[in-house]
Amino acid sequence: MIVTEPSHDRALDAAASRAHSNRPPAIEAVGLTKRYGDVEALAGLDLVAPAGQVTAVLGPNGAGKTTFVKAVATLLRPDRGSLHVVGIDAITHPQQIRRVIGLAGQNAAVEPALTGRENLVMVARLFGHRRAAARAAADSVLAEIGLTDDADRPVRGYSGGMRRRLDLGASLVGAPRLLLLDEPTTGLDPRTRLELWGSIRALVRGGTDVLLTTQYLEEADQLADHVVIIDHGRSIATGSPTELKARAGRDVVDVRVRHAADLGRTADLLAPLSSDAPHLDPPARRITVPVADGTARLTDAVRAITADGIELDDIGLRRPTLDEVFLALTAHDA
Amino acid sequence: MNTTNTTNTITAPDHPPTALATAGAYASRTIRQFARTPQLLVVGALTSVMFLLIFRYVFGGAIDTGAIAYVDFLIPALAAAAGLFSSGATGVAEDADSGLFDRLRSLPVPRAAVLLGRSLADTALVMWSVVVTIVVGFAVGFRIGGGPLEALAAFGLCVLFAAAFSWLMIYLGLISGTAQAAQGISFSVFPLIFVSSAYVPVESMPGWLQPVAEHQPVTAMVGAVRALTIDADAAMVLGHSTSWFVVRALLWSVVILAVFATLSTRRFARGG
Repeated sequence: MIVTEPSHDRALDAAASRAHSNRPPAIEAVGLTKRYGDVEALAGLDLVAPAGQVTAVLGPNGAGKTTFVKAVATLLRPDRGSLHVVGIDAITHPQQIRRVIGLAGQNAAVEPALTGRENLVMVARLFGHRRAAARAAADSVLAEIGLTDDADRPVRGYSGGMRRRLDLGASLVGAPRLLLLDEPTTGLDPRTRLELWGSIRALVRGGTDVLLTTQYLEEADQLADHVVIIDHGRSIATGSPTELKARAGRDVVDVRVRHAADLGRTADLLAPLSSDAPHLDPPARRITVPVADGTARLTDAVRAITADGIELDDIGLRRPTLDEVFLALTAHDA
Repeated sequence: MNTTNTTNTITAPDHPPTALATAGAYASRTIRQFARTPQLLVVGALTSVMFLLIFRYVFGGAIDTGAIAYVDFLIPALAAAAGLFSSGATGVAEDADSGLFDRLRSLPVPRAAVLLGRSLADTALVMWSVVVTIVVGFAVGFRIGGGPLEALAAFGLCVLFAAAFSWLMIYLGLISGTAQAAQGISFSVFPLIFVSSAYVPVESMPGWLQPVAEHQPVTAMVGAVRALTIDADAAMVLGHSTSWFVVRALLWSVVILAVFATLSTRRFARGG
């Protein structure tokens, strides 16, 4: 497993604004194993989440994302392997880890009968704040997540997005060094997802390290400096979103024909351009094919198609999307 | 969206919360949840009052309790065994299911104190239904035959029984997984209530069942509260002295509390 250096776009900004140089990695897992009966949820997972960054753990359902977050949050003990969180051994010193992390799980674990403020004050007390400090922490977090105006209403009147924001806020009242977000936007509508992304970005600017899990490539692309793709309890690729796209290596020739009837013939014309078979998307009348020497192959494609007299709506060359990278990397079980 | 960053104004607490603060935070949250959910508040007290009215007016006439008026026989039993009608198991299963327990386990709290908070709250909530039952009991003819100190001791015992049973309910909630299952499992304690001297004298049961009913905790608890709340002459009918019942009730409470508090706390600390 090659652990690549942080990318130089967002990572540099982050590093500059935080001015922390020699901090230990937020998370360092080596050979982490966890078995439930016959299922190996973690199968020797190696993962490093660098300090001062947002790390996204990306993977399909059942890849081991939640098990990993639970291990980091000291909710479960790995069978084998070592796990350090901000430099502290999570297996021998779980109580110390609990003082530096904040967890927002897959459900919004907030109490509907209490007000937003009461929910936050309760969690702040449980982090160890005294009464006055707990109230101050709640006020400050309410402002940060944009819920000050709704703070004294019972949560049962909140929308789903407001509950998630409150849950995110609850993980912040202890001023954690590392925030763990397990699928923070699963089940939210697109607008609410954007809102929550905004909240998470604001936190990151404030200097909190974040580990988030997601099934959405777009989410990882939007929020993370560092992406770890896991599958079957193992890490299968790491890097910045840009690096991972580059790692799939090849550009994609993307063609849209005017008449659906031309799809088959166009695919035949494109086939010689690549060692991979062209991918057809009939409803969109689209054909994509990954190619090595992008610009030259695009010219070839245009030439062949025009010579044949096929009418096109669009033709172009583009970088692969993270979806394509992801599918390529996890193709072994497809 | 307010993007002004204010996190930096919060500093991480110097010390983790004390056991008292932990138990207090969870207890106060649970009591507020109950008090602000009318269904819970009403249903909690209603079950007990319903049993009171049904047994007082429907079955009571057919049950021979000798020198003791049936209503004086019944009310102490409802007060002593109220903890077995608690919705605590369902509450615990809901908190496990909602992700609250995961959050609590991720916090630097003394884990043993978390469920103590739940037990304190559940005990207080059971005592709410006990008080309602006693008030309604007075309205339908219940009278205290013993002295005020004895009545106070009886109430104190009811608190202890409620606390002991709260741990049993917490354990049932922890092992049941879902709120629905917890509700079902809660019914498993019904034989404990009915195969006891709570509603009918043990002597009226078939011979093979009598030893079971005679020697199980609810009979001892109910007997203790009864012996303390009826006058000395009537107490003769109960078959044993007040201290016979009280000592056994205390022992049973301590055993139930110790066993289920230990099992529950271990299970919670272990997680999952």
